[in-house]
Amino acid sequence: MVIDSIKNGIVIDHIQAGRGMKLLSYLSIDNENDTVAIIMNASSKKRGKKDIIKIENVDSNSFNMDVVGLIDPDATVNIIENEEIKAKVRPTLPARVENVIKCKNPRCVTSSERGLKNIFVLNDEENREYRCVYCDEIVSMDKE
Amino acid sequence: MLKGKSVLEPMDLTMEEMQDLFETADDIIANPEKYAHAADGKIMGTLFYEPSTRTRLSFASAMLRLGGQVMGFSDASSSSVSKGESIADTIRTVGCFADVIVMRHPKEGAPRVAAEHSFVPVINAGDGGHQHPSQTFTDLMTIREYKGRLDNLTIGLCGDLMFGRTVHSLIKALTRFKNIKLKLISPEELVVPEYIRNSIMKKSGIDFEEVRHMEDVLPELDVLYMTRVQKERFFNEEDYVRLRDSFILDEAKMKLAKDDMIVMHPLPRVNEIAVEVDDDPRAHYFDQVRLGMYVRMALITKVLGLEA
Repeated sequence: MVIDSIKNGIVIDHIQAGRGMKLLSYLSIDNENDTVAIIMNASSKKRGKKDIIKIENVDSNSFNMDVVGLIDPDATVNIIENEEIKAKVRPTLPARVENVIKCKNPRCVTSSERGLKNIFVLNDEENREYRCVYCDEIVSMDKE
Repeated sequence: MLKGKSVLEPMDLTMEEMQDLFETADDIIANPEKYAHAADGKIMGTLFYEPSTRTRLSFASAMLRLGGQVMGFSDASSSSVSKGESIADTIRTVGCFADVIVMRHPKEGAPRVAAEHSFVPVINAGDGGHQHPSQTFTDLMTIREYKGRLDNLTIGLCGDLMFGRTVHSLIKALTRFKNIKLKLISPEELVVPEYIRNSIMKKSGIDFEEVRHMEDVLPELDVLYMTRVQKERFFNEEDYVRLRDSFILDEAKMKLAKDDMIVMHPLPRVNEIAVEVDDDPRAHYFDQVRLGMYVRMALITKVLGLEA
């Protein structure tokens, strides 16, 4: 399958196969204006199979790198300018994320208080576990 | 220094602050007259978004005995909350009237939201199935009073360990003390939540064992902490009724326990401790209530920075 390279924007490469759609759902994509391609199960020397996401004309400064780190810290983010890779970024597991993970505890105050941000902090790096700062609900990003 | 700080969970106090809290409570018990006017001119706002008799009255009594005044609501339906006001707005308003706010809320983390928006200290008086620090200080004070120590103890926690916020707060606090062995006695449906097991107990390295029958561990215990299976924490009546009677302490079971074991309960009890146990000298749940008021007096003096 051939998908054109992009002129300006971001390519998220080496996403673990199967995590691409999930990553896409966590990224705040503008459905009306962004041009996005997702390639699933592409062949990969490193991983056997991988997913790739290409987003055209997205501003790399406003791009939420934390989300990539959260879903797949082994992915790479390539920032493309004039069809060339300007920078390669390896995301890390963020220490804290705001309004990315939604607390699923029905008794959590975030389910009822208007305008309250969902804030999760890294609880266990090895198991990629995050903890809601309000109710202490644990979310494992491996199981999400 | 606790002055001006909110107390949302037991760990908000350092070991030194906790020790100081208990010593102040000791001093209040020994010299109540010294503290009778410590809070003159101060007002405590009690925001109880769900029913509570014991905790609300304990805090109110504590403030009145310090010479302060109390205002607030004991039912969200009689406040502006019923009109849909947010916690943030309620707190910013009440903070203009009160010097300290005591809050109980069915939503977990609500007191943290309150503290984020408050100009005055907020004390969490219970949030959903989450934390209940003043009860924990009461529990620790009771163990300290009747066992003479807070380390080298085997402590049984029995009943609803999933939704029982007093248990969660107590476990968290006990991880700070040396050589504590926890025996967690509950039906499979009401075991401790994952975050307590993994993030608190396993992480701290505290010795713990989960068991299904009280009798299996009773002879080893120095402290037995009973809890009620709470109806309001269940989504359906059937589960509640099925599990309510699972763990009942009676005189026959008490015969298996050590002579110097103490029985505690955050109260109110339903039927998990048979009335016949009340006369047993090892039953200390009503002493716990009395000590709770003194601990809350000490806590109010600390967060308000009052001098005796």
